[in-house]
Amino acid sequence: MYDKTLAELSAGLHAGAFSSRELTEETLKRIHALNGTLNAFISITDDVALAEADAADARRAAGERGALLGIPLAHKDIFCTKGVKTSCASRMLDSFVAPYDATVVARLRQAGAVMVGKTNMDEFAMGSSNETSFYGPVRNPWDLNAVPGGSSGGSAAAVAARLVTVATGTDTGGSIRQPAALCGVTGIKPSYGQVSRYGMIAFASSLDQGGPLAHSAEDCAILLDAMAGFDPRDSTSLERPAPDYLSTLNAPLAGVRIGLPVEYFGEGLDVQVDGVIQEAVRTLQRLGAVLKTISLPNTPLAVPTYYVLALAEASSNLARYDGVRYGYRCEQPRDLQDLYTRSRSEGFGAEVKRRIMIGTYTLSAGYYDAYYLKAQKVRRLISNDFLRAFKEVDVILGPTSPTVAFNLGEKTADPVTMYLSDIYTIAVNLAGLPAISVPAGFVGGRPVGMQMIGGYWREASLLNIAHRYQQETDWHTQMPTAVDR
Amino acid sequence: MSLQKADVERIAHLARLALTEEEAARYSGELSNILDFVRQMEGVDTEGVVPMAHPLDATLRLRPDQVTEADERSLFQSIAPMATEGLYLVPKVIE
Repeated sequence: MYDKTLAELSAGLHAGAFSSRELTEETLKRIHALNGTLNAFISITDDVALAEADAADARRAAGERGALLGIPLAHKDIFCTKGVKTSCASRMLDSFVAPYDATVVARLRQAGAVMVGKTNMDEFAMGSSNETSFYGPVRNPWDLNAVPGGSSGGSAAAVAARLVTVATGTDTGGSIRQPAALCGVTGIKPSYGQVSRYGMIAFASSLDQGGPLAHSAEDCAILLDAMAGFDPRDSTSLERPAPDYLSTLNAPLAGVRIGLPVEYFGEGLDVQVDGVIQEAVRTLQRLGAVLKTISLPNTPLAVPTYYVLALAEASSNLARYDGVRYGYRCEQPRDLQDLYTRSRSEGFGAEVKRRIMIGTYTLSAGYYDAYYLKAQKVRRLISNDFLRAFKEVDVILGPTSPTVAFNLGEKTADPVTMYLSDIYTIAVNLAGLPAISVPAGFVGGRPVGMQMIGGYWREASLLNIAHRYQQETDWHTQMPTAVDR
Repeated sequence: MSLQKADVERIAHLARLALTEEEAARYSGELSNILDFVRQMEGVDTEGVVPMAHPLDATLRLRPDQVTEADERSLFQSIAPMATEGLYLVPKVIE
């Protein structure tokens, strides 16, 4: 049962081939059997899951239908879940039981999805390898010595290992797409403002966006359909008509214009990863897509610009953790200053502290113009590159990551080297655009992801192209050998 | 760009973080490297470029000034490290 897609499970539930209770019990059994190896989950919520499964079965018996009714799924542990520990993979929130649901969680609950657990991640979503988690690293199901990517590494590994068919993630600089690529699953970061950030623990507010991870583009479309839409509780949520990601999935690709940026195929890109992407491009060409070489000249500035903006916003967002209202509090504080300082020093891990320090510095008196304001201007130039390109092409295509998954511990010594592994994903967040990562092949047994970037609100086009590509290829259906049991 | 130990200590104070000697030494190197890296932006001509604060240049929505949320004070205080009679407790501030 575990190797079925969401669409197949949904059909099975509709046909009465199995109940949500049976499906959920099977799912939990598999999670318990493999989580010791993968460490993909921080919490496994058996009781909540079984109660929700029974409720879903009752709703179905009462005549209700719906693609997600009774489907087990996992939430990244950055989404607040009422009555369930929400840790953000930090000691700071190790004891935090959220008093309310994030909008994304509430919507999926409403749709009848069954929460089986909360997935591991980089602490406060700060990392590209899942090695900064307070709960230890996640292992890549394709190779247990490799990282799963980050920060949504637990969600990507859980989907790749068929612990769940779908999971939620968040993406601030590539945190859905990069782990999706490194674990061989499909993941989409929607346009900024498309998915509510209410109850999603903030890292960098002008960049953060939630989205789905799944085996296929079709399953991503089903999940995104339930996640997306206007939310009055998020001041940056955009009021737009309800999107429809499903009806155009099968649209023909004839004449679709695909732009290949020279900057995404240059220095730093692994030669074999390049070969895989070129082959994927040929497949899309056979399906009728028209190729065009384009340029996004400010690409080299994206990583430095991102690290100024994201870290400044993070230092401000994380100021709320003071040991007073919730979360970790140090023992026996001498005075108020000591309460703040020790609670934060003991509660945050090394990477989070490093980022708070940088953000605090760039926002401090005398440095604001040189760093934050300058970065906001360069952000505009990076965004303008995309706007110019979308006058000539419908989507922009390239690798999601310059290499396949690296080994655990390989890049932890130098923060800057780690930051550069997000070189192709980060500009998309700066511009606020939607982008998808799709499995496109393997190098040395480790998955390669192809990224496609669309114009604002063009999620449906990305899902359409990805779906048609997945009709022609079987990379997304392959099963990781390390957990093939 | 090289941050001295005193700079690192000043930043740590602003961020309300306490660093050990060993951490302060390590951070001054790492932070200097990261700042060197982000200085790539300096050479870019941004004369006349309007800073971009929001991806779609949208302004934040205002809502009518009406009460829409229920009072959940006791629920929220139930997860506080120390609270009593509706108050969050901190060490004495005024002698």
